[in-house]
Amino acid sequence: MLRGDAPIGFRTAKRAVLAMAAALGLAAALPPAAGQSPDYRAPRTADGNPDLNGVWQALNTAHWNVEPHAAGPSVVRELGALGAVPPGLGVVEGGEIPYTPEARATRDENRANRLERDPAIKCYLPGVPRAVYMPFPFQIVQSRDHIMMVHGFAGAVRTVYMTNQTPAPAPTWMGWSNGRWDGETLIVDTTGFNGQTWFDRAGNFHSDALHVVERFTPRSEDTLIYEVTIEDPNVFTRPWTMSMPLYRRVEPDAEILEFRCVEFVEDLIYGHLRRQPDP
Amino acid sequence: MKQAGTPIPLVAVALALPVWAAAQSTGYVAPRTPDGQPDLQGYWSNATYTPLERPEGVTAEFYSEEELIQRLAQAAAREAAQTEPGTIPDVHYDFTQFALDRSQATVPTNPRTSIIVDPPDGRIPPMTEEGLELASRRRDEAARLGGRWDSAESNQLDDRCIIMRGAGPPMMDAGYNSNYQIVQAPGYVMILVEMIHDVRMIPLDGRDAPHANVRQWMGAPRGRWEGDTLVVETTNFNGKNPFNGSSENMRVTERFTRTGEDTILYRFTIDDPSVWTRPWTGELPMERTIGPIFEHACHEGNYGLMNTLVGARLQERLAAEQGEQDSN
Repeated sequence: MLRGDAPIGFRTAKRAVLAMAAALGLAAALPPAAGQSPDYRAPRTADGNPDLNGVWQALNTAHWNVEPHAAGPSVVRELGALGAVPPGLGVVEGGEIPYTPEARATRDENRANRLERDPAIKCYLPGVPRAVYMPFPFQIVQSRDHIMMVHGFAGAVRTVYMTNQTPAPAPTWMGWSNGRWDGETLIVDTTGFNGQTWFDRAGNFHSDALHVVERFTPRSEDTLIYEVTIEDPNVFTRPWTMSMPLYRRVEPDAEILEFRCVEFVEDLIYGHLRRQPDP
Repeated sequence: MKQAGTPIPLVAVALALPVWAAAQSTGYVAPRTPDGQPDLQGYWSNATYTPLERPEGVTAEFYSEEELIQRLAQAAAREAAQTEPGTIPDVHYDFTQFALDRSQATVPTNPRTSIIVDPPDGRIPPMTEEGLELASRRRDEAARLGGRWDSAESNQLDDRCIIMRGAGPPMMDAGYNSNYQIVQAPGYVMILVEMIHDVRMIPLDGRDAPHANVRQWMGAPRGRWEGDTLVVETTNFNGKNPFNGSSENMRVTERFTRTGEDTILYRFTIDDPSVWTRPWTGELPMERTIGPIFEHACHEGNYGLMNTLVGARLQERLAAEQGEQDSN
């Protein structure tokens, strides 16, 4: 929702600057937060917590590849320039993901076969944190007991339990999220993954031992700093962190529209099982 | 495991009746959320044994308490029959597991003889010429897609994991897992539908419906408070998930009213003048149930669709081979 009374001209200009920054790859160069926004205090909800309600979206190339990467060709020839990989400075602190040697080989193999292996191509739930920085908006609906994160892609949804917290009851695609407030920051601890999701389109992956800790910190009225620490001893030699800003979709009519992609992938998944006409 | 045909104790059914009585009491004032909205939050079930239309031969609007107990007992016996060893329903799922059968779910007690309350005969009103033509076109289209096992697309939407009846609107009993989670924030009511993790995100800020080109399976909902009642009007349907023959022009008006600590009365009106000669209205209670709602990753685990298509192609191949052998 458009907030405040800033004239539209200013809003438009601000959006243009953000868009330009993204186009130039500057967005990823914003300082990672790690508690670095001490001056900003978010508005409060009626129950006194920082108000994260709204429609948010990442504006970077992490969904292509979370690591720093040069531009690259499309894996689908027919898509030409539109399917080509845009370059990005990366969102992984220190640049590269600390894979074990075996896991790195698997990642490379994933990447080489990404058209067949990327689970999101089949409209499978994208998992966490991938859902957060896919090129689709997501909406935070914040109550005292539950914080919902509702994503455009595949209708993915997450309940963050602020009360009545339990361990993950079973492995799932989107995991099991428990949250708490730490000053201005919402900290979300997620486990219970099934190990079938990826981090991006570049084959970066994890196992079912994945443990994700996310920090959502208001940075200004219309931006959040999103930091996420990844732990998975089956795949990585140590925990590692990604960070990026998330932007409020400030259009007054911003809403999450249906992207019910199952019908768009049925021919891809089941097409070979179509009954052939009798000869 | 429960034995086939085990009767559900009538006492359990009878115990459920006071909940309905409470739901009918007037003057209940819903608690407020911290920002002052009537509070609809929590986990709810709209599972029901009540048919949409009043059965043939029934004229009363309500069952007597005695009739209701008898009907619920019969329904419970039907659920139990689905677990009879060696039958197809039993092989499909063990309905006594995972609360798949409604005898284990929260089923709000509803003494109505039909969900439809208007027209007063409890039946869907007659279709217009246009509505009949639309139904005929849809039948032709389905026939062009071939038999059920010819392709994924020729299956039903729920078998394809695209959408199920719980999502609506109107939100109907989903068959099983008819569970919902409502979360409210300033300006929004969010309803999470357990089946296929569908979310209805209802803005309350008075915004217009999107441009007519924006069509969605669940339409585009717009909400407002009328006193303590949440009123949601939904348009912009894509017409691919018709509700008893509805078109993309359908407008659904829903009313959610807390009638007690553990009950919401859900009322919906279907207005689609291109299909029906008059609007029609239904009503069914929602009852508080236990959470949480678990991830229903339907498409991701859709082995059923894959395996039946594999089986159908295998049968065809074997039949063709048999035919070749026979002709040799």
